Amino acid sequence: MTAPVTAPVTGLSGAADAEGALRTLRRGLRLSPEFTAGLPVTLVLALLATAGRVVVPVAVQQTIDRGLGGDDGPDLAFVRLMVLACAGAVLLTAVCAYAMNVRLYRTSETGLTSLRVRAFRHVHDLSMLTQSGERRGALVSRVTGDVDQISQFMQYGGLMMIMATGQLVVATVLMAVYSWPLALLVWAAFVPLGFALRRFQRIISAAYTRVRERMGDLLAAVSESVVGAAVIRAYGAQERTARRVDAAVDGHKTAQTRAQATVALTFPTSELVAAVATAAVVVAGTLLGIGGHLSAGKLVAFLFLVTLFVSPMQTATEVLNDAQNAIAGWRRVLGVLDTEPDVADPGERGRTLPRGPIEVRFEDVGFAYPGGPPVLHDVNAVIAPRSRIAVVGETGSGKTTFAKLLTRLMDPVSGRILVDGVPLDEIRFSSLRERIVMVPQDGFLFDDALGANLRYGRPEASDDDVRRAVADLGLAGWLDGLPRGLDTPVGQRGESLSAGERQLVALVRAYLADPDLLVLDEATSAVDPATEIRIQRALERLTRGRTALSIAHRLSTAEAADEVIVFAAGRIVQRGPHAELAAVPGVYADLYASWTAQREL
Amino acid sequence: MPPNAPPSAPSQKQNAPRRVDPRMLREGLGVMGVAVRAEPRAFAVAVGASALYAATTVGTAQVLGRVTEHVVLPAFAAGRTTAGALTASAAAIVGVAFLKALGVAGRRFYAGLVQYRMQAAYRRAVTRRYLELPAAWHARHPAGELLSNANADVEAVWAPLAPLPMAIGVAFMLVIAAVAIVLVDPVVALVALLVFPAVALLNVFYQRRLAPAATRAQRLRAGVSEVAHESFEGALVVKTLGREAAETERFARRATELRDANIAVGRVRGLLDPLLEALPNLGVLAVLLVGTMRVEGGAMTAGDLVSVAYLFTLLAWPIRALGWVLADVPRSVVGWRRVRAVLDERDTMPHGDRDVPGDGAAALEVRGVRFGYGAGDVLRDVSFDVAPGRTVAVVGPTGAGKSTLTNLLVRLVDPDDGAVLLDGVDVRETGPGVLAANVALVPQHAFLFDDTVRGNVALGADVTDDRVWEALRLAQADGFVAGLAHGLDTRVGERGTTLSGGQRQRLALARALVRRPRLLVLDDATSSVDPSVEARILAGLRDSSAGVTVLVVAYRKATIALADEVVYLEHGAAQARGAHADLLERSPGYRDLVTAYERAEAERAADASGEEAVR
Repeated sequence: MTAPVTAPVTGLSGAADAEGALRTLRRGLRLSPEFTAGLPVTLVLALLATAGRVVVPVAVQQTIDRGLGGDDGPDLAFVRLMVLACAGAVLLTAVCAYAMNVRLYRTSETGLTSLRVRAFRHVHDLSMLTQSGERRGALVSRVTGDVDQISQFMQYGGLMMIMATGQLVVATVLMAVYSWPLALLVWAAFVPLGFALRRFQRIISAAYTRVRERMGDLLAAVSESVVGAAVIRAYGAQERTARRVDAAVDGHKTAQTRAQATVALTFPTSELVAAVATAAVVVAGTLLGIGGHLSAGKLVAFLFLVTLFVSPMQTATEVLNDAQNAIAGWRRVLGVLDTEPDVADPGERGRTLPRGPIEVRFEDVGFAYPGGPPVLHDVNAVIAPRSRIAVVGETGSGKTTFAKLLTRLMDPVSGRILVDGVPLDEIRFSSLRERIVMVPQDGFLFDDALGANLRYGRPEASDDDVRRAVADLGLAGWLDGLPRGLDTPVGQRGESLSAGERQLVALVRAYLADPDLLVLDEATSAVDPATEIRIQRALERLTRGRTALSIAHRLSTAEAADEVIVFAAGRIVQRGPHAELAAVPGVYADLYASWTAQREL
Repeated sequence: MPPNAPPSAPSQKQNAPRRVDPRMLREGLGVMGVAVRAEPRAFAVAVGASALYAATTVGTAQVLGRVTEHVVLPAFAAGRTTAGALTASAAAIVGVAFLKALGVAGRRFYAGLVQYRMQAAYRRAVTRRYLELPAAWHARHPAGELLSNANADVEAVWAPLAPLPMAIGVAFMLVIAAVAIVLVDPVVALVALLVFPAVALLNVFYQRRLAPAATRAQRLRAGVSEVAHESFEGALVVKTLGREAAETERFARRATELRDANIAVGRVRGLLDPLLEALPNLGVLAVLLVGTMRVEGGAMTAGDLVSVAYLFTLLAWPIRALGWVLADVPRSVVGWRRVRAVLDERDTMPHGDRDVPGDGAAALEVRGVRFGYGAGDVLRDVSFDVAPGRTVAVVGPTGAGKSTLTNLLVRLVDPDDGAVLLDGVDVRETGPGVLAANVALVPQHAFLFDDTVRGNVALGADVTDDRVWEALRLAQADGFVAGLAHGLDTRVGERGTTLSGGQRQRLALARALVRRPRLLVLDDATSSVDPSVEARILAGLRDSSAGVTVLVVAYRKATIALADEVVYLEHGAAQARGAHADLLERSPGYRDLVTAYERAEAERAADASGEEAVR
């Protein structure tokens, strides 16, 4: 039985949440060099694509001034030539814009993919405790939705930011050339807007954060009604579930509407500010003109320049939002990547164990879940090579913790564990997982054929190898009874099979992986007694020459073991062969009495 | 899925348009029509605001032109102006901008409102379908796919609603501008208006190219998410077998496929925008060329040409806005088909309208039941009956069909042949809610909701806290629940992760008991509970279950001891039936199964004494 995970567990790193946005942006970009690959060329293309926007106004002006305005009527030849040239320029602009878009898509998607894959791998490298501290759905979104959040910024917002800045600089310089007092006036109008937009953007982004949170609730509610469909149907709980879904849907809708209202109210502000600036320029410019400081042509040109200010300001909130989203996405992905696995693979520096029967030594081992009370105290034990050990005890006595420490799913808080004399944390994972395999109570199955699931631990095994392994464990009859044999699809999480059958798959899978130490954590709790005994017999035979340790609450396992280790309240309280322990009063004798009582009729 | 397995078949094949049919645009418009009919008022406001925005956009240019012509230029010429003229100019500029701002705000808000209301309505509808559809349907549809139907697909369907009012607003503008151009000169107008069919053609081309690419990308996105979901759910197995690298490779392969699909979408999408921008520009150039010829021929004046060219540059942006709406249509239609596929799914397990007549413990009859999940029969011709108030144990080896049998009793699945009768009524003929009110199943794997202990036990039933505690006591769960930080109000977390397996099972048991069912079905429901606790649960059941018929799937003799009778199931058939002692005599299979432990012990003892004898 698994210990309750009520104690707080090690969470993901929050370091990225505490740092500044720019630092996150820089780290994010450094994380995937693919993002900035070939950026100069992309920028040149973007420049050309933007510059191409002046072609048409120039063409109109040229036609009016030179094509139609000639003294001897319209100059058709000139217009023809000019239109041809401009059409060429328009097409060239389109080609540049297209090339730019494709480059952006390629670099950003490539960068995002490598980010996704790296985060995925890192999730698997995290310790079991860190993994189980997070909702699975939340972990999935770290490698899917959170990464997607970055894409809009990388494909559009980031470039817009650069281009808009350029546009503002160019417009400012030109305005200053025409009339610096008017330029100051325009800036006086737009600088406060800049600050206001920054504020708006914060409000908007807070509103969208709420939208995302409500979206999380919504997905959780929908997911429950999908995954729990059988229970809901069996208990006629459709109405209750529908109400919960409705509440989540409404919560999301309300958050969306609020966010939209914020956007709708703040977005037109730049329009109003631009109008105020234009009006001010008209008034001040006219007064300046009357004073002889400005020509009419310059004033008109100036009015056009003011419009150059508006579009960057209008897109600013959206682009800032993209940026904020991207940064939020990066922070969540960095939250995964920044988390040092607390049960780390020593990797290259680690040691590789030679194959052969394993000896295990626990020296003064203690364990506590982070922030929780100790659950194991001063455990000292030596498990001799080739011995078959049963570990028993009441729920919460520490027997499963013992197994998790032995397989290095967790590291002890105090003391150390040696395997063949080598400290467990110095052994490379590749070697450790090859030599020590644990079969958990709920053997997870992948949505694939039975055969593929059986050879999950040893993909190179042939169908014959798999069949032999099944037969070795005395399960040939079960396999033959399946309508499609090894090709039987097991369904999502293996749910097309019964719980007992899933345990059989997990057992065969572990046996096929051919470990030197096999740890069974109530691996046959859902299997019928006759099959269980058959497997037990088979394992006794097959694990001869290896070390085996089984955790059990059916004491038939203990009866068959060389030795029994009895846990109570986090300590080893008894140890010895079944017959000896059963004969003396104590924890084991009590457990055994309750077990035999159950078997009576 | 292990890396060497072939990629699974696309799950939504039936919905993916292989060849784009030309009716997609019409279908898309039909989808938008659904929204307009559902939210006519909000939609009308959004369109009105868009029209206001379109009108003021033209108005801004006109106001600026007039101010220049009537105030600025005279002032420059005369060297003086009046405060009144300047004030009026400023007021006009700011006033128009204010109206424009109003238009923008109104359009954004109301367009959003329509979009969100439609999203919410369809998310509700889709999830309700999930709740109504039978287990067999759920088994065919991966959870990830159903999540994406309710989330991403619904979102895609209503995405065009955001820019749609704007597009309608500018369409008015286009018509007005087009009429103006035609009035100036029909020949120039003809050239200019060629841009519209060109934009339409561009869209057709775009949708043909984009729809398959977008569908593929959407599917692969779901695939990436499915792999991540499955892999993280199986993280413990991945870890214990050291398969992290292989899992990463499997994920990377899917992620790379998605990347390539997204780049393919980008190639098409990246082409649309430049072309949408280039087409009106080329139109203006054509107008200039043809216009100059017309001016030379004397058909129009230079001034006319300038105003037409100006009008046309004004149109360039609205034309692009129309293009954007059209660009969202394929995704919307694909999403709509996927959502409709769920909504149009028929419940293959319709209810009848009969009630069950009995009171107190129920009578159960299983009559000639045959059932298979597609390949071969799991149950064949199973018949037995249970008189009211009796307890029957169903015993059989792993994989014999016991769980399937329990699913038939609560009608999670229907038999292929035969019938299950409750108080003589075929369960298929019972009205909605009747079975749930009479029968409770406690499955092998307890599923808990992310809710409080009370919520999980009551599960919508209207019961007092006293009754909840009573059920918890019977399930031997009162002790640990009382020890929880908030008692009945403690939240158990997603799937009940804060509890141990045994605690989850006991809550699931309490959930069944609180309803005081007339038939209680226990499917190995105490496998994760300590033997001593299980013994107490069973004792409690025996003492209090006067008004209940119980069917219990069991291996343990202590559980079997509770039963008045045993049905021995093997290879999907009821091989024997009778009292325990009777079956021990008659059925070798049963004997093997239930005496396995004793025989093993006896053999071991024999071995041991044999060894001693040898010594």
